[in-house]
Amino acid sequence: MSEHGLRASGLSKVFGGLTAVDNVSLELNVGAVHAVIGPNGAGKTTLINLLSGDLPPTAGSIHFNGHDIVGYSSDRRSRLGIGRTYQKINIFPSFTVLENCRLAAQSRKSHAVNVFRSVRSYPSLKQEAEQALAAVGLEHRARVIAGTLSHGEQRQLDIAMSLATRPRVLLLDEPLSGMGAEESTNMVTLLRKLAKDHAVLLVEHDMDAVFALAEALTVMVNGRVLASGKPDEIRGNPDVQRAYLGTAEVRRG
Amino acid sequence: MKVGRYILVLGALCVALVPLTGATFYVQLVSKIMILAIFAMSLDLLIGSAGLVSLGHAAFFGVAGYGIALLSPKYQAASFWWTLPVVLIICATLALIVGLLVVRTSGVYFIMVTLAFGQMLYYLFHDTKFGGGSDGIYLYVRPELSIAGWRPLNLEKPTHFFYFVFAIMLGVYFLLSRIRVSPFGHVLVGLKANEQRMRSLGFPPTPYKLGAFVLAATLTGLAGYLSACQFGFVNPELLSWHYSATVLMMLILGGVARLHGAVVGAFAYVLLQELLASQAIWGGIAKHWQLGMGVLIVLSVLLLPNGLTSLVDRLSWLHFKAN
Amino acid sequence: MIGPPSEFLIQLLNGIQYGLLLFLLASGLSLIFGIMGVLNLAHGSFYMVGAYVAFWLSRELGNMWLAIPVELATVLLIGLILESALFSRLYHRDHLQQVLLSFGLILIFEELRSIFFGDDVHGVPVPPLLRASIPLTDTLSYPVYRLFISGTCLLIAGLMYLVIQQTRVGMMIRAGSTNREMVQSLGINIKLIYRWVFALGLTLAAAAGMIAAPVSSVYPGMGNQILIICFVVVVVGGIGSIKGALISALAIGIVDTLGQVLLPEFSGVAVYLLMAVILLWRPQGLFRVA
Repeated sequence: MSEHGLRASGLSKVFGGLTAVDNVSLELNVGAVHAVIGPNGAGKTTLINLLSGDLPPTAGSIHFNGHDIVGYSSDRRSRLGIGRTYQKINIFPSFTVLENCRLAAQSRKSHAVNVFRSVRSYPSLKQEAEQALAAVGLEHRARVIAGTLSHGEQRQLDIAMSLATRPRVLLLDEPLSGMGAEESTNMVTLLRKLAKDHAVLLVEHDMDAVFALAEALTVMVNGRVLASGKPDEIRGNPDVQRAYLGTAEVRRG
Repeated sequence: MKVGRYILVLGALCVALVPLTGATFYVQLVSKIMILAIFAMSLDLLIGSAGLVSLGHAAFFGVAGYGIALLSPKYQAASFWWTLPVVLIICATLALIVGLLVVRTSGVYFIMVTLAFGQMLYYLFHDTKFGGGSDGIYLYVRPELSIAGWRPLNLEKPTHFFYFVFAIMLGVYFLLSRIRVSPFGHVLVGLKANEQRMRSLGFPPTPYKLGAFVLAATLTGLAGYLSACQFGFVNPELLSWHYSATVLMMLILGGVARLHGAVVGAFAYVLLQELLASQAIWGGIAKHWQLGMGVLIVLSVLLLPNGLTSLVDRLSWLHFKAN
Repeated sequence: MIGPPSEFLIQLLNGIQYGLLLFLLASGLSLIFGIMGVLNLAHGSFYMVGAYVAFWLSRELGNMWLAIPVELATVLLIGLILESALFSRLYHRDHLQQVLLSFGLILIFEELRSIFFGDDVHGVPVPPLLRASIPLTDTLSYPVYRLFISGTCLLIAGLMYLVIQQTRVGMMIRAGSTNREMVQSLGINIKLIYRWVFALGLTLAAAAGMIAAPVSSVYPGMGNQILIICFVVVVVGGIGSIKGALISALAIGIVDTLGQVLLPEFSGVAVYLLMAVILLWRPQGLFRVA
């Protein structure tokens, strides 16, 4: 068993009359991609929000580094080493690519409180930012204004920003959405590379990518776990085929 | 933005030369404008950088004014060198207390809660005997700048006071420009643009917003201190929301998130007011200058949405296109 | 100090009346801000317009009632023009620009008032029909006109509730506040709805000014004063919530009125203290809408 990343047990989230997430448990390990799939409305994004701290759970626990982090705010979880990206691209479009990552890198340094010195006088910040950009393959676009990047590049930048905070866990919400064939292939390669050093949770609709990357798979329907295990097992599972995979709902890229 | 920079330097030079005209009226008017510019710049730190619109900031302006008025002995000059730090510390502490409560809200709720605290302080001064009630109190003698017998400037002289304020205004400008490019400043801008993303990157919003709030309040206090010195009189109206709103107008008029916007806005607003209210030009209808002011403001919003300073951008863009 | 219960009752009734008046004003503001996201500081100016026109009508015609429909129609028209000429351009822009624009309008209205009516304080006579008082005790009685104000506000509140909750138009308005694009794609002309909501909101403000005039008199700056309290009511109640506006308006009306009687030194602070406490407890107001 590889190093423990993050373990969620019995997570539930109830909104008034609606149970968005119902008793979901899963485990993320460094070196592996755990994919979560399911039809729209299955509760996948709510699940990520519970893990990242954007939403508090109604029940359940989340263990990371030996602590139950359920009460921790999202910024605290980030500082502990849990990074995430959102379904909607969340970069700072008016900054350059480098500035985006540099800002992200600041959160790990105590410099962030410095009021007087120009941010340029901190070479380590620039280095960290450049490293993160290199990891996703955007280093040649450092000086470009982020808002002018292509869709795929913006998603890469989003990931680079999360990487600049040196996370151990990466929660990725549909990183391939809106991408063409070539961009998707690049992203899959990138994700496979990232998985080597991180514990990755991947919520996705793109089945090709999911089966290419995932070592573990969880299928969610109506907030509940329908099936969980290795991809091949899941593929053969008749319930899953009926509910999700076999129907026309499956979207490819 | 080279053009803009030249215009600014030119503007600063013009301002610096005003006392040489010898007209005391203008020296005092421009002093007043520069003090308002300091107030507006501090508000820009909150609004332009951090995205926090405060309608209660005049409270710090007023508290500082009352501070120096109360600290000064009745017919003698207090020393600048200890009264200013004390007044600023009072403002900062007050801002810390209010800020801790207020910074958790955002958007229009932040506006309202800051308004509430501003009004509470206003009524405190207005309805109690503490600061002389609605009558206010007088500051008969301006503070002394002497240390160990050396007196660099005599603040009682309008020209000296002018250059004193000018120097402070430039100082505040440079301080705030450093802050804008500092790591702290970048975090503020990020929080304003997308707080959720910043949190997911590990930035706790509260300490930064609080820092911006306290810093802005302290600088506003500096402006309030100077203003009390200039007019020799403080009253509760200095803390009113109406005053906060007026300075906010100056800032928006000039252009938010560009430091010089605050300065330009202050000059534009007050000079326009002087122009429109001048009986020499308009005669009897000068009494109703607010009408013209209102119309100009409406026009500026429709035609120059990013404030007067965006005019330079437009002009240099046109220049660029022409070539 | 408050003496016997009947005096307290009078103050309570005054508080309720003030609260209901605030509600009339605040509901317009809440609709405009909640549904359209437009921050209009000149809302108070229309309250002033309503009051001054009532003053003028009573002075010129001896009776303010005759021309009420005309006056309200005029305000409606002005509102429609303002929205189409000015505010509709600012929907996609910063709140700050809306603030600046409405500030400019405040200046214009204040000055127009000064030009047409001067700067003095004027009383407005209560319409003859409503000059009676209802006796409460041997010595104290309560003016019928104040009850009329409360009654009118309640009536309008009831009408608003009916329209918004039970009619198709009301449903479109409610839908428009949560999902503008969707409503547009359904073929409903959201621009038209916004225009009318805006104009009606201002008309409500003017109506409030009209009926309040005999009680409050007319004076410079009356619009700004009540504007601030109005915003407090809207924010405390929760932006966009009419129910919230009603409850918070009543609360604030009563607190302010009783406060002035019980603790005159702190009455100014009371309302703001209340708001600060409520917002710190519930940062989105009492009844937040979406």
